[in-house]
Amino acid sequence: MEKFLTHTGIGVPLRRSNVDTDQIIPAVYLKRVTRSGFEDGLFASWRQDPAFVLNQEPYRAGSVLVAGPDFGTGSSREHAVWALGDYGFRVVVSSRFGDIFRGNSGKAGLVTAQVAPEVVEALWAWLEEVPGRELTVDLETKTITAGETVHPFSIDDYTRHRLLNGLDDIAMTLQHEDEIAAYEARRPAFKPRTIPAHTAG
Amino acid sequence: MDQDRSSQAGPTPAGPRTLSQKVWDDHVVRRSDGEPDLLYIDLQLCHEVTSPQAFDGLRLAGRKVRRTDLTLATEDHNTPTLDILSPIADPVSKLQVDTLRRNAAEFGVRIHSLGDRDQGVVHIIGPQLGVTQPGMTIVCGDSHTSTHGAFGALAFGIGTSEVEHVLATQTLPQNPPKTMAVTVKGALPEGVTAKDLILTHISRVGTGGGVGYVAEYRGEAIEGLSMEGRMTICNMSIEWGARAGLVAPDETTFAYLKGRPHAPEGDLWDEAVAYWRTLRTDEGAAFDHEVVIDAGELTPFVTWGTNPGQGVGLGERVPDPADFDDPVEQAAAQRALDYMGLKAGTAMRDIGVDTVFLGSCTNGRIEDLRLAASVLKGSRVADGVRMLVVPGSARVRLQAEAEGLDQVFLDAGAEWRNAGCSMCLGMNPDTLSPGERSASTSNRNFEGRQGKGGRTHLVSPAVAAATAIRGRLSDPTDLQR
Repeated sequence: MEKFLTHTGIGVPLRRSNVDTDQIIPAVYLKRVTRSGFEDGLFASWRQDPAFVLNQEPYRAGSVLVAGPDFGTGSSREHAVWALGDYGFRVVVSSRFGDIFRGNSGKAGLVTAQVAPEVVEALWAWLEEVPGRELTVDLETKTITAGETVHPFSIDDYTRHRLLNGLDDIAMTLQHEDEIAAYEARRPAFKPRTIPAHTAG
Repeated sequence: MDQDRSSQAGPTPAGPRTLSQKVWDDHVVRRSDGEPDLLYIDLQLCHEVTSPQAFDGLRLAGRKVRRTDLTLATEDHNTPTLDILSPIADPVSKLQVDTLRRNAAEFGVRIHSLGDRDQGVVHIIGPQLGVTQPGMTIVCGDSHTSTHGAFGALAFGIGTSEVEHVLATQTLPQNPPKTMAVTVKGALPEGVTAKDLILTHISRVGTGGGVGYVAEYRGEAIEGLSMEGRMTICNMSIEWGARAGLVAPDETTFAYLKGRPHAPEGDLWDEAVAYWRTLRTDEGAAFDHEVVIDAGELTPFVTWGTNPGQGVGLGERVPDPADFDDPVEQAAAQRALDYMGLKAGTAMRDIGVDTVFLGSCTNGRIEDLRLAASVLKGSRVADGVRMLVVPGSARVRLQAEAEGLDQVFLDAGAEWRNAGCSMCLGMNPDTLSPGERSASTSNRNFEGRQGKGGRTHLVSPAVAAATAIRGRLSDPTDLQR
């Protein structure tokens, strides 16, 4: 995974709550078997509306999304994170995220910056005042800088540590292979196995 | 699961523990300060949509599937429900299904493909085969993995990176979640189902009400439910933000499992049951939060909006956005009414539908089909309404046919389809057209979920069947009037 230290880019005010992952990328765009090329599916339905924020200049080139509460609820599709990343987003700011979406973001290098609801309101107002204003998101200090104002955000320490260092989860876990094997040796015999296959005939 | 360590409750092995804490503690491979716990995963279920990139990742890194004997794959999300033995018509869907088959063959993963009697929606086949058992950790690249919590398993949806992680290591690094009790006092009134209960709960706590928590559903009404009903409840945990929801295993659970293909046998069965009986929340164990529901006041419940929390009793009216105090909710309600083409104040029973969908991992089990068939028997689906009946698995379909339920549906004018996720998410050809309105036994009424511009009302199987007959949102009591 690529390291994330700090990012500065155009902030996009998305004045919607409950942006579920079906809105971020509808299911018909999930049929690809590759890990890239999902940008066309991002907010596909909403982008058909010319008034949608991402169809406005200069927001079209945005990279920091500022959304209402409960962003990324619903389906576990990591494609939602890939679509945001493929489009060019590096950070999503919201007052609350769906758990699975937040976890997926941490794995795929997208920063989910959690802030108080008032901060979302303040950022929306500031970004709309002069469209195209840039936000600086610093993962080291856990701050979002909007002009003269610095807002703190939260992200769990472990995800932050991994993002700052660009660490690969699987390689980290495999360092503890002996502990996994030891656990396996003491698993009860009644636990089910899928192989050999048993069926009802 | 809760990624914010500062708010973690943390298991306390010495003192009284909740059910989910016990399951958690029994799966900790490694615990170290400043790191999430490394949890062992007893079972991973795979399907075609969220696994191709994970297998690709393994290939690129030269890794194998660590435990093919704890992995099971099936095809469900993308698959057609008609003409299932012909090649899949949509080339992109076909490629995805073919990719899963190739990956399963290459990595040695057991797969139940279209046409196989054990194929079906991933959360239906696990319990059916008996590979879903109490006290397990179960994951799948699908948010409705919470369904398996009905057995007292800690089961939750994961993303594709995590799918790859589990394939490679059979573990996941996770932070302990907070715990919430959802206690349902009293018994469900006649005519009120598990679906009505969970939809009511979601409308009260909102789609974010459970974020960071694992829920335990308990109380008289929960104990009184069949395994099917408990699965419906646990299935929708994610719709109020809880990543997992559990029910303590009891005699109902053991009776369901006994004799299933992968249930333990002989001495192992006794050993397993003895362990399963310990999987109850201890007297005095503290939950981080508790919600109490009075079952006696529940009624059939349906959604009016575009998230599962936007629901009301079937006997009520479409709410007025102005009635919401919170400006965010107010705006969301207005937007939902615009999308749904509804006017505030309309009686829910006056809302006509074009399509009825009976199926999904929420309500596609045999009991759901039996209930709907009992309502439909001897009646006809209203003129101009189409009804799709999509069994949750090939075996549910076979069972229904053995009981003659297929004939009841066909006689009523409904379509009898093959198993899959179908119109729940509209990845296959079963979709709504723009503006088309459905009563659906599935789990999500998100904008466009069942087809671009489609308008979904979430309902129980009983309401779905009565609605099909009357052509507008109804429950079986409306048929007797």
